[in-house]
Amino acid sequence: METLIGMVGKDFVLTAADTSAARSITVMKSNEDKSRDLNKHIVMLYSGEPGDTVHFAEYIQRNVRFYEIKNGIELTPKAAATFTRKELATSLRSRHPYAVNLLIAGYDVTTLTSQLYWIDYLGSSISVPFAAHGYGAYYTLSLLDRYHRPDLSLDEAKILIKKCIDELKSRFIINLADFKIKVADKDGVREIEI
Amino acid sequence: MAGSYDRALTVFSPDGHLFQVEYALEAVRKGTCAVGIRGEDCVVLGVEKKSVLKLQDPRTVRKIVTLDDHVCMAFAGLSADARVLVNKARIECQSHRLTVEDPVSVEYITRYIAGIQQKYTQSGGVRPFGISTLIIGFDANDKVPRLYQTDPSGIYSAWKANAIGRSSKTVREFLEKNYKEGLTKEESIKLAVKSLLEVVQTGAKNIEIAVMTSDSVVKNLEIEEVEAIVSEIEKEKEAEAEKKKKPSTSTAQ
Repeated sequence: METLIGMVGKDFVLTAADTSAARSITVMKSNEDKSRDLNKHIVMLYSGEPGDTVHFAEYIQRNVRFYEIKNGIELTPKAAATFTRKELATSLRSRHPYAVNLLIAGYDVTTLTSQLYWIDYLGSSISVPFAAHGYGAYYTLSLLDRYHRPDLSLDEAKILIKKCIDELKSRFIINLADFKIKVADKDGVREIEI
Repeated sequence: MAGSYDRALTVFSPDGHLFQVEYALEAVRKGTCAVGIRGEDCVVLGVEKKSVLKLQDPRTVRKIVTLDDHVCMAFAGLSADARVLVNKARIECQSHRLTVEDPVSVEYITRYIAGIQQKYTQSGGVRPFGISTLIIGFDANDKVPRLYQTDPSGIYSAWKANAIGRSSKTVREFLEKNYKEGLTKEESIKLAVKSLLEVVQTGAKNIEIAVMTSDSVVKNLEIEEVEAIVSEIEKEKEAEAEKKKKPSTSTAQ
């Protein structure tokens, strides 16, 4: 039921993740943050098996930080995504694979571009202009396909993500309590209101 | 004489010495000097840098390293040994965050490092780390500057100001004479440079300074900044000498 959405704009990436933590037919919590900042410029959104998700995300977060302290450089979104993909691919071939789907959004300070990576639990990783995970993808991808442009301004992107959320509210059978919106650009990752 | 008491496994000599550990301490004494000074709301690390060769890239020779966002370390002794220890400490810093969601306290990471150093005095097939370390930092939600020291035997202790490495005794004595409570950031930096100048002949270009303030921001001083402090200190020294000279010449006449 979880939904993650991301889109690349002119010089930023905008992401949205629903905030409901549900088990079976019960909503346990409605203000869950399904994201972790990997560094100043990269945010990782996760969905999947509860427990696996947070554990895996924090494991990646700490390893990225360790790499950065060790080598004195900030990881690019591409490097972070490649590393994460490899960890998932290794995990898939172990006895207890992580069941985690991810979006990695970030601003690359070396090339001054914003990037979005769609990663699933099977170890696929692809750089995309927009992406969605979960049931929400069925409703939002068509909207993103129709309205997304690579040169979207932040205000336009906010309107588009609002369109996506409104579509989910009117069409999707499950009421997703709320969405947490984050943006990653040259100033770093931050939460915004729409 | 040492005979068979300094083999692969560190064993006691009959008079209670661990020769391998003592040799490690000797390696530390041969290493370049490092000082640490605790101020009112900051803590300073200063090291004597070996002068780099003409064609060497000075950025690749580092003696002050970051262990985590809020902890720094300087060392004296074998740099190659330090690298191994630093790596272990950095992993522990992140591992600690992962398991308990809190950054390490400075005391914790010091104890961890000292623990590893101790292990290497009591295990077979290894030799002790030939380094002493000075560890500085701030604990989470705390504004008290911390300064710790570890040595090859695995002893660790907290200090207001301390020195390790070559001529550390001279520097420590200098610090004992000149340390005051509640030093400001500028005073702490100056004292660090001053104490290093006691043993570093070549001056500013062989001194590296890092300052950590209570917001856990580490600042490495540029060579120009160190040079400015050095010339300021030299000027003060000259003025002091001048003052001393005058009365002595008058009495001689």
